[in-house]
Amino acid sequence: MIFGMALINLAIRWPVYLFANHFRFPPIIERALAFVPVAVLTAIIVPTVLYPGDGTALDLSWKNPALLASLVAVAVSYFSKNLFATIGAGVIAFLFLRWLLPV
Amino acid sequence: MAASEVLEGRSETPGREALHGLRDTLPFMFGSIPFGMLFGTLALAKGLDPLATMAMSLFVFSGSAQFIAVVLLGAGSGLWVVWFATFVLNLRHLLYAATLVDHVRHLSQGWRFPLAAFLTDETFAVMERRYRTQSAKADLRPRGGGPNAHWYYIASCAGMYANWQFWTFIGITVGQNFPDVQNWGLEFAMVVTFIGIVVPLLTSMPYVAATVTAGLVAVLANPLPYKLGLMLAALAGIVVGVVLDIRKRGPQ
Repeated sequence: MIFGMALINLAIRWPVYLFANHFRFPPIIERALAFVPVAVLTAIIVPTVLYPGDGTALDLSWKNPALLASLVAVAVSYFSKNLFATIGAGVIAFLFLRWLLPV
Repeated sequence: MAASEVLEGRSETPGREALHGLRDTLPFMFGSIPFGMLFGTLALAKGLDPLATMAMSLFVFSGSAQFIAVVLLGAGSGLWVVWFATFVLNLRHLLYAATLVDHVRHLSQGWRFPLAAFLTDETFAVMERRYRTQSAKADLRPRGGGPNAHWYYIASCAGMYANWQFWTFIGITVGQNFPDVQNWGLEFAMVVTFIGIVVPLLTSMPYVAATVTAGLVAVLANPLPYKLGLMLAALAGIVVGVVLDIRKRGPQ
């Protein structure tokens, strides 16, 4: 099982780099790839924030500390454009809100 | 000043590049502590023996696939189901590789293999940001990031890999003493780091629309198995982004 999983992972991750010298993407694909970071990273973050705990229930309430702290992080990132300020503010906001709003 | 900054950026030594790569990956290493520990603990609880659990982290090195595999095993699923889930979960790596390939094309195959095999969500986020900011500064478009950027990349991979092995091991050995590790909020470090990378990218309408679409679809499709919703949301976001981009700037 483990060998198969390792093989599948490699079969997906390696070929693009392996054959990199033999192809170029058409312009429309190049354009689409510009949207990969925002689309994929958002698709990872949003459910993590909105489905806290075991990930079965949507929590849009203000009692969800991850939701409020994420909004803080978005605001800090938007105004400061600084990654470390964003991480710091987001983590502090999260810890503070969780202490403030015990489950 | 801008010019000297650019020159500095270009002449970074491999050692300094590696140090910076590790530094910029640190928040993600913190963020994956609970996942590593939880995986070690959960795998034992589901009946995997310690050696197989460690081997999975060493050779598969894909957090989400490893979790699904032990959960499926615990539920009595067959090998093919586990392999199918692994395949679907890792499809997003096709997008990652396609996005970064321009920056590694000039490297030897000996470099490209580890850079492909050890790529994770976290290292992708770190590298995308690195190539984008350095390329904008130095106009190195096809080979963004300077001549030693691959040292930065490999250090980010190595940091994530060593971290994952260490916390898997901790999870296997003493994990049952920390049953509430997922409530410490460590994984939130990962969330805010992703936020800090995504928000500065939202410079025009198509990017904002792509992000909103991806977020909405991700929520609606969350109940789908094998995190199929993640892939669906990403593709929906990309399509909306491209369509708006074409309407804005024309088809060329």
